[in-house]
Amino acid sequence: MNLSRRNILAIGGAAVTVSLIPVDFAMATPEAAAEALNAFTGGAAVTDGGIDLVAPEIAENGNTVPISVSAPGAVAILVLSEGNPSPGVATFTFGEGAAGTAATRIRLAGTQNVLAVAKMADGSFVRAARAVKVTIGGCGG
Amino acid sequence: MISRRDFLQASMATAALYGASGFGNWSRLAAQQVLTQDKLLEFDTFGNVSLVHITDIHAQLKPVYFREPEFNIGVGAAKGQAPHLTGAEFRRRYGIEDGSAAAYALTHDDFAALAQSYGRMGGLDRVATVLKAIRADRPDALFLDGGDTWHGSYTCYHTAGQDVVNVMNALKPDAMTFHWEFTLGAERIEDIVAGLPFAALGANIYDAEWNEPSEIFAPYKMFERGGVQVAVIGQALPYTAIANPSWMFPGYSFGIREERMQEVVDEVRAKGAELVVLLSHNGFDVDKQMAARVQGIDVILAGHTHDAVPEPVVVGDTIVIASGSNGKFVSRVDLDVRDGRMMGFRHKLIPIFADVIAPDADVAALIDTQRAPYLDQLTEVIGHTDADTTLYRRGNFAGTWDDLICQALLEEREADISMSPGVRWGPSVLPGQAITREDIFGVTSMTYGQAYRTEMTGEFLKVVLEDVGDNLFNPDPYYQQGGDMVRIGGMGFSFDVSKRQGARVSDMTLLKTGEAIDPARSYVVAGWASVNPGTEGPMIWDLVEDHIRRLGTVSVQPSGSVKVLGA
Repeated sequence: MNLSRRNILAIGGAAVTVSLIPVDFAMATPEAAAEALNAFTGGAAVTDGGIDLVAPEIAENGNTVPISVSAPGAVAILVLSEGNPSPGVATFTFGEGAAGTAATRIRLAGTQNVLAVAKMADGSFVRAARAVKVTIGGCGG
Repeated sequence: MISRRDFLQASMATAALYGASGFGNWSRLAAQQVLTQDKLLEFDTFGNVSLVHITDIHAQLKPVYFREPEFNIGVGAAKGQAPHLTGAEFRRRYGIEDGSAAAYALTHDDFAALAQSYGRMGGLDRVATVLKAIRADRPDALFLDGGDTWHGSYTCYHTAGQDVVNVMNALKPDAMTFHWEFTLGAERIEDIVAGLPFAALGANIYDAEWNEPSEIFAPYKMFERGGVQVAVIGQALPYTAIANPSWMFPGYSFGIREERMQEVVDEVRAKGAELVVLLSHNGFDVDKQMAARVQGIDVILAGHTHDAVPEPVVVGDTIVIASGSNGKFVSRVDLDVRDGRMMGFRHKLIPIFADVIAPDADVAALIDTQRAPYLDQLTEVIGHTDADTTLYRRGNFAGTWDDLICQALLEEREADISMSPGVRWGPSVLPGQAITREDIFGVTSMTYGQAYRTEMTGEFLKVVLEDVGDNLFNPDPYYQQGGDMVRIGGMGFSFDVSKRQGARVSDMTLLKTGEAIDPARSYVVAGWASVNPGTEGPMIWDLVEDHIRRLGTVSVQPSGSVKVLGA
């Protein structure tokens, strides 16, 4: 596994405590994702919790993976994929009074982490990550 | 929910029922030559709700021989825990004597010899007798089918599941969930479900287009039993659209959907459910994880991974029950539900010894009616097993049935390497026994049985082995699909279960030359059960039949071509 604690810290900013979710597969380097994240947060600290990201553990079809994000009180949510050639997936911007939830489908080039980062009304940032596995399928029994 | 003290009382009650060994009463009875129907069914009715669970019948209407696995390796937190115990370790854990009826039913050693003493197991006519006895004790017992029911035999294949549907309907289940049933195709399963006289459940069966709960399969059904509001929630195999050809049911999506499960549990509790039962096709380790993470489930009736576990596994306030496969066992669970919560349980894994439990005459006749049009085809003898050979499937990496199938693929399709899917269904054939067409269908029947011939590079072969291996040995159960490792003919390899994907497979060797597999070279590969549409080739059962016919007498010794490390 290439996603080390150090890499996660680099994504989240130096002041962040991150609980690393256990994933067991190789991933592309998340530097591009870190860059996209930085552009969204302006380098501000990002904390875990306060946002739900729902994605399948194993994608039924890597070309169209349903995900949903929910962060009540968010003004915007950025979704990133760490293993795609281009990490940016979507940015949802919410107007006043919106529920802060959204659902979409994303394309994943392979097994990787999907990140969702919400910008809250007070200017703080929260994150959630899910490992999504893309498999060649076969012979369950 | 239940306090630790309540559970201790329940456990003591269980211990009292089974004797000091905790289990194995029927094994001692057999040793004393008093294995009787009354003793097998003996149960001190308890509490106010009874559940009866059967699962993974795989269309075995008649009694079968079915050898349990010698290898069933657990990884991560599951290592060495039920159901990842086999052989002597299993017998020691549950106090089972060597050579006893329980040893025969639940473990692999001396299988062929013990089979001579204890005979076949299962048969839905015997299951009908057990149900009748339980319903005599508790008329409103809930009978729940965990799925993989309408798949796996000659008659099931030729009737698109109708034979099993007819027989199971006569047994009057209250609810069912699903996996292989989807390989009948969306139209067919929807057609059957539309006429089903009981609930077809799956909280995780979704409409693929909208990613919303299916309108055809309900998430749960509420029952009133013994004055108790019981919610039965269904959970289909989360990886049905990955492990099986999704093009056959393109409108459906599945998945673990843990958040959805919590929502459904909360919904039924809000509706007044005092007992929440999850009728699951998750697989045992997935169920244990779900029990620990989703709050409010009292009982999980586990399926998919074909484990027969003599005692419930307790996870927090949830009991997880596994009832084996192929009709070998029925679980009875009596529950004491009072003041809106489960206070205790009593459980028995009832072994269906076909020579001990009398068949129900009506159901026996109904089964024979299903088989009558096909009887000549079913019973035709294709070959025999040698005196040194038992044909069986179960095992993490190999079984003699698959060794035979892989050899048939190599020879009949002139391939370098062959592949057979690591499914867990398929009855066994004893030494010196006739191999019938029914036996061959028992280990090959499916709606996508084409035996393909293609080329793969050495590099891609490794990708396949690593991919399938991770579906089995990923330490996080939510990433496990169930089933076993793909079986390989013509190639040996080492597999380290303790490593991560990409590092488990090594020493890939082409057996016919003894040379290392070259990542850059292409090899001719024959296999079957591809999940891809448009797969071409003869049906695997025809190919295996030709092969066995040519051999006449089949002698297969375990090949030993997979070296397992890190277990």
